[in-house]
Order: sequence, then C-alpha cells, then structure tokens
Amino acid sequence: MIRLEGISRTYQLGGQPVHALENVSEHIRPGEHVAIMGPSGSGKSTLLNVLGCLDRPDAGQYWLDGREVGTLSDEELTAVRRDLIGFVFQSFHLIPRLTAAENVELPMVFAGLPRADRRRKVEAALAAVDLSGRMDHRPDQLSGGERQRVALARSTVMGPRVLLADEPTGNLDTTSGRQILELLDRMNEEGITLVVVTHDPSVARRADRVIVLVDGRVARRLAGSEVMGTADLFAPLEAGTPP
Amino acid sequence: MSTAMTTADLFGFALRALSGHRLRTLLSLLGMAIGVAAVITLTALGEGARRYVVDQFANIGSNLLIVVPGKTETTGIPGVGAAANDLTLEDSRAIERGVPEAEKLAPFVIGTESVAHGGRRRQVAVVGSTRELLEVRKLALARGEFLPAEELRRGRPVVVLGVKVARELFPGEEPVGQVVRIGGWRMRVIGILAPKGVQLGADMDETAVVSVATGMRMFDRRSLFRIMIQVREGADLEAAKAKVVRLLAERHGEEDVTVLTQDSVVATFSQILGALTLALGAIAAISLSVAGIGIMNVMLVSVSERTREVGLLRALGVRRGQVLAVFLTESALLSAAGGLLGLAAGWGAVRILIRVFPALPASPPVWAVVAALVLSLGVGLFFGWLPARRAARLDPVAALAGR
Repeated sequence: MIRLEGISRTYQLGGQPVHALENVSEHIRPGEHVAIMGPSGSGKSTLLNVLGCLDRPDAGQYWLDGREVGTLSDEELTAVRRDLIGFVFQSFHLIPRLTAAENVELPMVFAGLPRADRRRKVEAALAAVDLSGRMDHRPDQLSGGERQRVALARSTVMGPRVLLADEPTGNLDTTSGRQILELLDRMNEEGITLVVVTHDPSVARRADRVIVLVDGRVARRLAGSEVMGTADLFAPLEAGTPP
Repeated sequence: MSTAMTTADLFGFALRALSGHRLRTLLSLLGMAIGVAAVITLTALGEGARRYVVDQFANIGSNLLIVVPGKTETTGIPGVGAAANDLTLEDSRAIERGVPEAEKLAPFVIGTESVAHGGRRRQVAVVGSTRELLEVRKLALARGEFLPAEELRRGRPVVVLGVKVARELFPGEEPVGQVVRIGGWRMRVIGILAPKGVQLGADMDETAVVSVATGMRMFDRRSLFRIMIQVREGADLEAAKAKVVRLLAERHGEEDVTVLTQDSVVATFSQILGALTLALGAIAAISLSVAGIGIMNVMLVSVSERTREVGLLRALGVRRGQVLAVFLTESALLSAAGGLLGLAAGWGAVRILIRVFPALPASPPVWAVVAALVLSLGVGLFFGWLPARRAARLDPVAALAGR
C-alpha cells in the first residue's frame, strides 16, 4: 500500500537547516495497522504529512497504492488526498458553524457528490460512530469524544484506503480515548490501512507494528505487543547501529 | 466520480460562513449599501433637475426659433458673445416679410421696474413685446385682453399684469380698466394673465407685459433682447433658421446673430445637466470603492481567522481553485447583497425626495442603477480577489497548524 524509499525532508528554521526526516525507507502493507512513535521533534508529524500528501519530501520516492506520488502536481496530490486518504487530528478540526452532519458531509460537498448520495452516506457514517442522535448538533454542543467521532466519520465517509491519525486521543479523557481507539481498530479490521502517530505506549501497543523515529531517522522497528515504556524506545541511535 | 462542486453548494457554504459573523457581515453590507444608495439618490437628483429643465422648455412649444444678438456657438449658451449690431424692430419686420416660414414673431425686451397703484408698489419683471407673444409663449388670459395688434413703433400705454402682480396691487378690486404707474409711465390695465407659474426661470405670474415700443423706451434700449419666431406647422425648422441667419447677415453686413432652435437649447441644458448627473454619480461611486476596501478588510480578517479551516479543506482534498471560489463567492455575496440593500434604500430616499420636492421629477436613470449594481458586484470580486488568493495559496501543513 505504502512504500517509502530514502525519504528526506529538511526545513529552514531561522536560517538553520533542520532535518525532519533523513533517509526514511518503509513498507506498509494494505490493511496493516502501524504506529509511529518518537519524542517531540523526532519528525513523526512530518512523516505523517508526507504520507498524507500534504507535504513533499525533498529527496526519495513514495509509492501510494502502486503510484509514485512524489512527481504529482499540487492538483493531483489534492485528488489523491480526496480519494485515498482520511485524516484524524488531535484537535478534531471540525468547522464550528456547521452541524455534525454538515461537517461529515463537507468532503463530499467539495467532491461534487449528488445530494441524495451525501445524505445517505452521512447517516451511515454517523451511525457507524454511534452518533445518529447527534446529527444536528454543532461541535460546541458535543463532548470531546463525540467531536472526535464526528471527525472520524468525516475522515472515512469518502471511503479512503488509508487512515492517518495524528495523536487521535491526545485531547481526550481515557474513556473517550478508548472508544476512539476501538473504532479505529474496527475500521482497520474492515480493511482500511491505519497509521497512528502517538507517544502513548498504550495506543502503540494496539498496532501490528511500531516504527520509532528519533531525530528524523527510523531508530527501531518492533511489534506492537513488544512496546513497554518510552524511555528505552526513544534512546538516540548509536553510531553504526543498524536500525 | 464527479469533481465539480455545484453552484448551490458553493453558495450554501459561503452563506453559512457569512451568517456565522452577523455583525461583521452586516457592517460591510452597510458600507456597500450606502455607496449604492448614494449613487442612486444623487443621480436621481441630477436626472430630476435635467428633466425639470427639459419639461420647462417643452412648455413653450417645440417649433420655435430664438434670435439672439451676438455670435456664439450654436450649442452654446446664448448672450455670451459681444453684440456687434443691435437687433432692431426693423430686423423683426424684415424677417416677417422675408421668411415665409415665420408664422408669428414676438420681439421682446425685458427689464425690472416698479409697478405702483395707490399706495402699493412692487418690483416686477417688465416684458415689452407684441400681441404674438401670447401664442408664441403659450400664455393665456384670465380676464380682459392681451396687447392689441398694432404698428411695432407705436405703443399704447396699456399693460397686461401677471396674476400675482394683479392680486397684490389690487386686493379685492377689479384691476382691468384701472391705471398703474410703471416707473414714470402711466398705463391702463387691459388684461390679467392666467396663472402659469415659473417658466424658464421667469415667473410669468410676477410679470407685467407692455408693448415692445413702450418697453424699449422705458428701458432706453435700442436693441431687442430676443426675437422669438414661431415657425409654421410642417415647415423645415433648419431651413427657416438658415433663412433668418442669411437675412440678418445681409442687413447687418456680417453674421452677428445667433439663432437657436428650441431643440438646441434643450440639448445644451440637457447635456450640461446630464454631465452633472454623471459627475454626481462618479463622486458617489467613490464611496463604492471605499466599501470595497471594507469588504477586503473583512475578508482578510476572515481568511486569517479561518486559516485552520482552509488547512482542513485542503487536507480533505479541496483544490486551491475551490478555496478561491469559496472566498470569492463570500465577497461577491456580500457586495451583491449590499448592492440590493442600497438599491432599496436609494429607492426609499428618492421617494422621500419626490415627497419633499414634488416639482422635481427625481428618478434615477436606468444606467445609474445598472452601473451601481454591476459596480458593487465588480468591487466585491475585485477587492475579494486578494484575500481569496491568499487563502488559496496557504500551505496546507502550516494552515492546519494555524500558521
């Protein structure tokens, strides 16, 4: 589903180059559940942005669903995001003036889907996250957990192949967080490829596979079940140690 | 899969965004509305003035030639050029004999003199003319008779009074048959004009009409002020005009008179007042561009407030062009709604104008209404362009982070 070859991304920060990603190569199979971990500034959000076609690598190649997307125009990348990728953000990113149903409908509105189709899909997507009774509520009338469930419904309503979640439980209490994680698991079981960025070991433990980034490089790869604490996981790379 | 967003959806999204900020939306609407209302009201005023003047001319008959001493451009305002030769009663008589198209001639002089009866005295405009003036200027009599038909050179001591003059000098009395003093002259009142009101800036109700010979002596003039010629029905006005000019040029040895057709006078006034209307409209249109800057300001604030929303839209697969369309639609809706509001307000203002000044046929010209609406929409799109482009060019990653 996803294949990265030697991906690098460098920012200019105050005139200094910052290597957010350095020579990252990775392969994620269709339907796989992968967690990306790492300390702050390790480049995990940059990696997620590259995976989501929001950001372009400076070097390397990225195949998504069999297609090299590094050479695509902005317009084509936009279409890739629309058709293949769903995003879930830590801060939900719901539009406050729109109701839950309208927020879920948004990607379909801009994709030009017929009104009747949209209606049906909104109802199905909100039912899938158990929010059928909250369709006409605005975000400020919903709890944090409910908001993230609306965002989850929005991210999947266009039927993406890949779901990218950036700290999806970061702003939630434990109960709401667990609900979201269970929903993500269920969607993954239904076939969607799931990539979750987190620094919470309990979130990473649910993944098939965990990639640990330190200073923009892949420091470790392990199975989700192997995740214990973060102290040893985030230790800097020893020179010459093969990742 | 279709990738085109429908116009209805675009409008729906934009409307939701605008109604989310009611006060801000209302204020920028108001700016545009005031601009459009100003254009409509001011041009209505100018157009009203133009129509008023044109109507005044229409009052005095259409088949009229006016001979003015002095040479000016035919479309200019008469009486500005220096008169080389006098325009005399003999000239008038020569036209009567030599130009068959001239049906009726009313040579006239005009001046101000005091008219007195008993203890009452009043400054009025005194017109010296002939019997023909009655028909040429479409006057009517309330009582008595108009000036008698007589030799131009003679001039019996008789006067026809305007209705207001008569009423004030002879309150409760019958003026006809009585004697008034005009300057040092004793004149018998032989008739009263029917009320006519203001015509070409002169209130005929406040005039006294005497014979032309009397008038010239009274004001010690050798030259006439004007000769008004009523041209025979069906005759060629331009041909008659050319004949008059040629005849007077022969008599004077040079072309030193100006002959105006009523059309040219009307055209001149209409042109001047039309230009005035245009100028008023243009000044008011400046306020439209100020309103446009207001809209730009509102949209810039909106874009910077909604940076994260733009980032989200881009992440959801919304194209740059669609983001541009969203913000442009918002500013266009703002300005169009402001324009319509202004149209309604302008219409109301014109209604009030008509009520306050019933004589003024105030009505905005169609071009001004169309221009104001088109301009308001154009201003919205023009000033909305910069903010919309700024939104469309936002980097998705930075925008999502609110940067």
